[in-house]
Amino acid sequence: MTFELVCVLAAGLFSVGLFGALSQQSIVMIMMGIELMVGGIIVAAAAFWHFLAPAGADGQVVIVAAVVAMAVEMAMGFAVTTAIYRARQVDMTDMAGDLKG
Amino acid sequence: MESVLPAVLGVLALAGGVLVFRCDSMARATFALLLSLCCVGGEVALLGLPYLGVVTVLMMIMEMVVMAVFMIAYMMNPAGLMPMSMLHNKRGSLALSAAVFAALVAAVFLVPWPDRRGGPPPDTTVQVGRALMGGQMLTMIVLGFVLLATMVGATVLATRRGRYDRFGDALDRRTPRDPVGGGVGR
Repeated sequence: MTFELVCVLAAGLFSVGLFGALSQQSIVMIMMGIELMVGGIIVAAAAFWHFLAPAGADGQVVIVAAVVAMAVEMAMGFAVTTAIYRARQVDMTDMAGDLKG
Repeated sequence: MESVLPAVLGVLALAGGVLVFRCDSMARATFALLLSLCCVGGEVALLGLPYLGVVTVLMMIMEMVVMAVFMIAYMMNPAGLMPMSMLHNKRGSLALSAAVFAALVAAVFLVPWPDRRGGPPPDTTVQVGRALMGGQMLTMIVLGFVLLATMVGATVLATRRGRYDRFGDALDRRTPRDPVGGGVGR
């Protein structure tokens, strides 16, 4: 695997996740899309570390931050889903009109 | 073998990612995402970061099991017994994500990337540990606060009634007889 191929894999994961985050109606499925996008970022950071700057730890720190972002996104996503389901019996974004800006 | 395994993992990661949005069953979608993210972890390990790869895989297993429970609890078609579509603006989303993919791939091939500087240390886990407890300490502190805020925020959001909902801001108020109707003065 070359640097370019790994980056293409990361771009593919990010784009598939973006499609899910934009197109899905269910809040939990949107969260799945965001997870895939962050997965792409993890692969890209690992590729940058391995192929460009393995002597420094910056790529690894980006991966740690991305993994934390995944955990935060899941926890807050489930909490928001629970809150809005309890309040409105809603688990679809199209029905959550209260959140419209 | 050294180049075949990352390629196989990469293809599986992409296929799993696509399957997530193609499955009718929510449980199957969750496990497709688990497959995809485990392959991401495997890819990270094969790129020379075994610690972060294993952490990613372990975290994803736990996350996806929790997600499967939430999927089955909340969603309308958990078993996928009826084919259904839960998409809105499919064409626009496809166009936008395809454009983003094309732009990213163009950037990957057009940007003059710098040459590799230095080599990996003998132990990459020590490298990230030293960075997080040394030069990147501020990053680690911020991540810690973010996680603490998430724990508090998620608990507050997910709790049906909080202390203030039941007792108001009078801290010395006597405990009401349960069950209460809920809310101050309600």
